[in-house]
Amino acid sequence: MASLVSHPDEVRVVSRRFGQGATDIDRYVALDGYKAVQKALAMKPDDIITLVKDSGLRGRGGAGFNTGLKWSFVPKQAPKPKYILCNGDESEPGTCKDRLIFEHDPHSVIEGVMIAGLAVGSHTGYIYIRGEYRYLSVIMQKAIRDAYAKGFLGKNIFGSGYDFDVYWHGGAGAYEVGEESALMESLEGKRGIPRIRPPFPAVVGLWGGPTVINNAETLASVPHIILGGAEWFAKMGPPKNGGTRLFCLSGHVAKPGVYELPMGYNLKKMIYDVGGGITNGRSLKAVVPGGSSCPVLKADEIDVSMDFDSLMKAGSMLGSGGVVVLDDTTCIVKFALRTIKFYQHESCGWCIPCREGTDWLKKTLTRFHHGAGVKKDIDNIQYLAENMLGRTFCPLGDAAAMPTIAFVKKFRQEFEDHLDGRACPFEKAAELATA
Amino acid sequence: MKFSAEFESRLAEMLTHYPTKRSALVPTLLYAQDEVGALTDEVIAEIAGRVDLTVLEVRNVISYYSLLTTKPRGRYNVQVCTNIACMLRGGEELLDHCKKKLGVGHKGTTPDGMFSLEEVECIGACSWAPAVQVNYDFHENLTAEKMDKVLDDYKKKGTQ
Repeated sequence: MASLVSHPDEVRVVSRRFGQGATDIDRYVALDGYKAVQKALAMKPDDIITLVKDSGLRGRGGAGFNTGLKWSFVPKQAPKPKYILCNGDESEPGTCKDRLIFEHDPHSVIEGVMIAGLAVGSHTGYIYIRGEYRYLSVIMQKAIRDAYAKGFLGKNIFGSGYDFDVYWHGGAGAYEVGEESALMESLEGKRGIPRIRPPFPAVVGLWGGPTVINNAETLASVPHIILGGAEWFAKMGPPKNGGTRLFCLSGHVAKPGVYELPMGYNLKKMIYDVGGGITNGRSLKAVVPGGSSCPVLKADEIDVSMDFDSLMKAGSMLGSGGVVVLDDTTCIVKFALRTIKFYQHESCGWCIPCREGTDWLKKTLTRFHHGAGVKKDIDNIQYLAENMLGRTFCPLGDAAAMPTIAFVKKFRQEFEDHLDGRACPFEKAAELATA
Repeated sequence: MKFSAEFESRLAEMLTHYPTKRSALVPTLLYAQDEVGALTDEVIAEIAGRVDLTVLEVRNVISYYSLLTTKPRGRYNVQVCTNIACMLRGGEELLDHCKKKLGVGHKGTTPDGMFSLEEVECIGACSWAPAVQVNYDFHENLTAEKMDKVLDDYKKKGTQ
């Protein structure tokens, strides 16, 4: 459904089977499918964890935590069943990559879930797909059925004596459910409200059992690591940032699309070479490098390596791989307002700094954008956002605060240009251009 | 209250997937809504019984999820994304265009019940913006002209 793009700099690992008909299980098997899980069945669980740890695979959902290390936190002996939960509730604005994985290579996710299960001694996996992605749920349900029919899932998989079940699960519209503890609440049939930690899901998760929660792209990377080896995967990116990423280019870029590039690819090159530069020959104003929760980079800050550590050093985050490009006609105040409007809408309301903070920020920014702002509002916006940081149950509060702070700090002049009852200067320019 | 055979078999199967019945609740509510058109009092009572919850507990869950609704929508629910990536490529203008074309606002339904309109948050089509979902179908890289064609096609389909 969603169209595919390509560029010579791409390194196809996770997207290797895109457009190859791999939703068909026989085709998937012909393309080396279900080989990795058979290899993993012959390995010791600790060796699987070490391999994934050494590959430098880090969580593709946004937090960027080392996947093997996350798996190692699951206790060996547990009184309750252990679970693997695939997070396919993709909804960070700017991000549309898991959609392609589910659409083109659903079995790679199933296989990744199985390998994670073998590594931690779990026998059950759930693949949670957001409710809006109905057509992908249909694809996934068929893939799971086909895997059972072949005997790849269920009792005694591949004659190993190991039982493993995988189930599909669907959401019904909620960004907050992409947060791992809220995801578990949702799967348990409740409102998606985060749980306090500790205990962490690796110890007390779904129905009280130890649970590993990984993003769909993370899990889809795992079979390739098992087959290709830790060293091969690690070497694709800078130290501690193994592999590739599906980067979703969007906004004012000539060739938007989802491109798989090595971790550490230069952002400037990504925008100008891969993305074909800015639309209509305009110039670049800013980039949101990893989905809406990541602090904005100004045009002169984009000569940066797209890996977790380099972006952290640059004061932003690699996040979920959504690269949103803004040209010089974009009003930052309006962009900040739209961003906060989203977080205000999606805040679950459970804790006060997030519920009240996002609402207050939305109200202030709305008033501000419409020319009724006063000078102290600018500091107030920043003060409010800074007081949300680290004071909420889950990262949604931070996700709303971090970009807001960056917009004010880096584009203060644009906020000042909205003062004294002046209408948005960008809207005026747009009106003149179309008059 | 009767659901389709497909609904019944899916629910029966799903209930075997989890250690607790209520775990099947969220996807089941969405499938029920798709069949009936809305989560009516009757539907809520029925599903509550199936998963051993009270009506209040089910309502508490419904009010959390943006796809779930207790009020019927139009036959085709036009969901226009105006989040950042779509906004940069004309999502807001597209929403205005739909408002004019359909003569309804956000969460409004046309008098003939054919269309309802909704401004929605990111639907995961950022690289193909601006994008719209009509029920579950994605329509991407839209312009006002393309949108007109999309709506006309649904209208034809709906009046056949």
